Amino acid sequence: MKLDSKIPEGPLNKKWTDYKDHLKLVAPNNRPKLDIIVVGTGLAGASAAASLGEMGYNVKAFCFQDSPRRAHSIAAQGGINAAKNYQNDGDSIYRLFYDTIKGGDYRAREANVHRLAEVSGNIIDQCVAQGVPFAREYGGMLDNRSFGGVQVQRTFYAAGQTGQQLLLGAYSSLSRQIGLGRVKMFNRHEMLDLVKIDGKARGIIARNLITGEIERHSAHAVVIASGGYGNVYFLSTNAMGSNVSAGWKVHKRGAAFSNPCYVQIHPTCIPVHGTNQSKLTLMSESLRNSGRIWVPKKKEDAEAIRAGKLKPTQIAEEDRDYYLERRYPAFGNLVPRDVASRAAKERCDEGYGIEANDTNEGVYLDFSSEIKSKGKEVAYAHGNHNPSEEEIIKLGKEWIEEKYGNLFEMYEKITDENPYETPMKIYPAVHYTMGGVWVDYNLQSSIPGCFVAGEANFSDHGANRLGASALMQGLADGYFVLPYTVSNYLADEIRTGKISTDAPEFAEAEKNVKDSIDKFLNNNGTKSVDYFHKRLGLVMWNKVGMARNEKGLKEAIEEIGQIRDEFYKDVFVPGSAEELNPELEKALRVADFLELGQLMAMDALQRNESCGGHFREEYQDAEGETLRDDENFSFVSAWEYKGQDTTKAELHKEDLKYEFIKIAARNYK
Amino acid sequence: MSTAKNININLKIWRQKNAKEKGGIVDYKLDNVSTASSFLEMLDQLNEQLINSKQEPVAFDHDCREGICGMCSLYINGRAHGPETGTTTCQLHMRKFKDGDTIYIEPFRSKAFPVVKDLVVDRSSFDRIQQAGGFVSVNTSGNTIDANSIPVPKDDADKSFMAAACIGCGACVASCKNGSAMLFVGAKVSQYALLPQGKVEAATRVQNMVRQMDEEGFGNCTNTGACEVECPKGISLENIARMNREFLKASL
Repeated sequence: MKLDSKIPEGPLNKKWTDYKDHLKLVAPNNRPKLDIIVVGTGLAGASAAASLGEMGYNVKAFCFQDSPRRAHSIAAQGGINAAKNYQNDGDSIYRLFYDTIKGGDYRAREANVHRLAEVSGNIIDQCVAQGVPFAREYGGMLDNRSFGGVQVQRTFYAAGQTGQQLLLGAYSSLSRQIGLGRVKMFNRHEMLDLVKIDGKARGIIARNLITGEIERHSAHAVVIASGGYGNVYFLSTNAMGSNVSAGWKVHKRGAAFSNPCYVQIHPTCIPVHGTNQSKLTLMSESLRNSGRIWVPKKKEDAEAIRAGKLKPTQIAEEDRDYYLERRYPAFGNLVPRDVASRAAKERCDEGYGIEANDTNEGVYLDFSSEIKSKGKEVAYAHGNHNPSEEEIIKLGKEWIEEKYGNLFEMYEKITDENPYETPMKIYPAVHYTMGGVWVDYNLQSSIPGCFVAGEANFSDHGANRLGASALMQGLADGYFVLPYTVSNYLADEIRTGKISTDAPEFAEAEKNVKDSIDKFLNNNGTKSVDYFHKRLGLVMWNKVGMARNEKGLKEAIEEIGQIRDEFYKDVFVPGSAEELNPELEKALRVADFLELGQLMAMDALQRNESCGGHFREEYQDAEGETLRDDENFSFVSAWEYKGQDTTKAELHKEDLKYEFIKIAARNYK
Repeated sequence: MSTAKNININLKIWRQKNAKEKGGIVDYKLDNVSTASSFLEMLDQLNEQLINSKQEPVAFDHDCREGICGMCSLYINGRAHGPETGTTTCQLHMRKFKDGDTIYIEPFRSKAFPVVKDLVVDRSSFDRIQQAGGFVSVNTSGNTIDANSIPVPKDDADKSFMAAACIGCGACVASCKNGSAMLFVGAKVSQYALLPQGKVEAATRVQNMVRQMDEEGFGNCTNTGACEVECPKGISLENIARMNREFLKASL
């Protein structure tokens, strides 16, 4: 396998412009003759399908949900970054680029990240033009806030529902194209294989989830925008249906899969409540603008809290350990996610955790200081220069409610505790996956004609993603990159003509899909899909989670192989193939997770360094910070599929070249 | 959470093989449900029990389980999304129920939401309403004007946002005695009508969306207000009034 990243020559800030200017075009009269399939309708998929439809291509879009509006981008809370510098605090395209590279612990491509920063401003313009109701200041201008790993305010937001508003914006554009007949939408359809003819992506096999019918769809190009693979851990902040299958099928058909071990564990999620838990809920990183994270300084206080004998509000200020402020004074509570997560784990491992669950894993996120300081500010702004304590607290709570009301409400519903009165309890949880299908600068995978966008690809976040950058990347890929690069590819396809679904390659792929469905339904095992998924998740969390070591990873590789063998022998899938069958859908997805999980452990094992979200216990400095090895590991891992047993997978490497940024140790102190 | 305990409950659940066959209520007993579990985790537990005894699990729609995607539904004890206001089914927790309770679970019912299977209904009519006009006609170009070149009064932006917070779950329709979708449509019409970017097409938008709404078989609004009470996102009836004004303006 040859990996050519196709990064254009030239100065960093001219690369994309020059490259774009020289890409091939398809004339408007030829576009309706060309078919494009888009799998997934989150920010990347919906924006790509809408834009390609607008251009005049014949687009088919697929989602497994009952409507494209449900894709999990909708759950993103805090915001979207853009280098607008509206706050005049020194922001620029270069700074956004630099922060993203540094935040990613120097494991992302310079050219891709710079392009992302370049188009970030356009995204905000585009969204406002679409009618996305971002938060505004009293003067009518857009408001901003700050996120982890940066020292400027460049995050645009819509309360704690930014992902929802951006997705509904993209969905509205997509809906417009569906209404105009330029995009045909297939709701409740799941892609189950990629069809390759003469080495090129030429279509997909999809299952109609209502009727169970297996369908053949052909196209001149296929765009995969199916999101991340966090659900390999069973418990994550992903939606229940989020899965890796579209990306994994592409991988099985020959596309390299990159950096699978880079997983983002988000520091602020609601702790686990019990064994029947189905998913974890995120509390937006934006809360770290206002909340201070702490655990008790004394172990006996932590014990008393867990036993229900002490309340957090009874712990005196001097007995609280604001450990992020202590360890990282320059960034404080706004250190990047991987740093904040590990710091929480460190305190809980030492016995200072405050949650009364099986593992005592939980820390406080406390808003009382902010309530007081903002309450006072608001009182002054209203001309009250001598406010009473009660007035301050009342105004402060109102201020908090306006900024984070929906998050506070959600927290109370889930935990039955009121975060205006007592600090939130939080703990890290699997949230986002930086790894994904390998793509070149065009976002094309190693299969010609198969493009991969958004979280499903690996390209922009290195080993750790900064907050509010996932939304930016999804929309950048869909609105401002794919329309150019897909057209460039299709320019050579204008003479191809319609692709027939009668080709033997379609028949072969369809047979594969039908065989695996039949196998599951006739398996006659004894255990549910969830039983195996939970077991996989536990191995992943304990051995391929926030901290990894050689011994644990080797065990994980072994154990996952065993779980996979048992799964195929003993899984029970009820119902039939010709109906809505959620258990069958799950079985097909978990089968892919059982391969991917093992590859993640393999990838983590070969990477003998710590970087970003990948923390190998053997590679840390005296203070427990990550120790990178730039000499030996400044590369993108790209795995080639060699069968279900992923220990046979072959590792290829794309070297990362830093021409414009000086590589340094990440320092947030 | 530390205060959680286990309860035993009786369930009466609507089972229906597919859109064509007749459905009915089936009784189940479920023991040891943690009060810290969400309502859907309780259904997961029931399904695990059914699968382990080789029976068909109950089909229900769900995805994000954070109250934002709008995919979950369910009519619980006669109310859309259950007994708590301002809450989606996925955010409803079992601590709201007592040991020994009997809970009725039915699909959202409306002419325009046909049952697909068990508790799953087809809400694609909402998509078609959106496709008829729920957008601003602007192409992706990267050359739109700077986002701050048109100031938008904060009050308008906030109201637009509150309308845009609709998650498209269909609780308004399921709760309405007329099966009306006017809260859903009113919210979308309002979001755009309140912003300068949406004003240009306001007249055609409201006409097209209302026409599609009628074609889908949704009923009319008689100002009962059940939709507003049951809406998990607190979408206000004001949006229906605004839609009516916009429609009248467009028709003059």
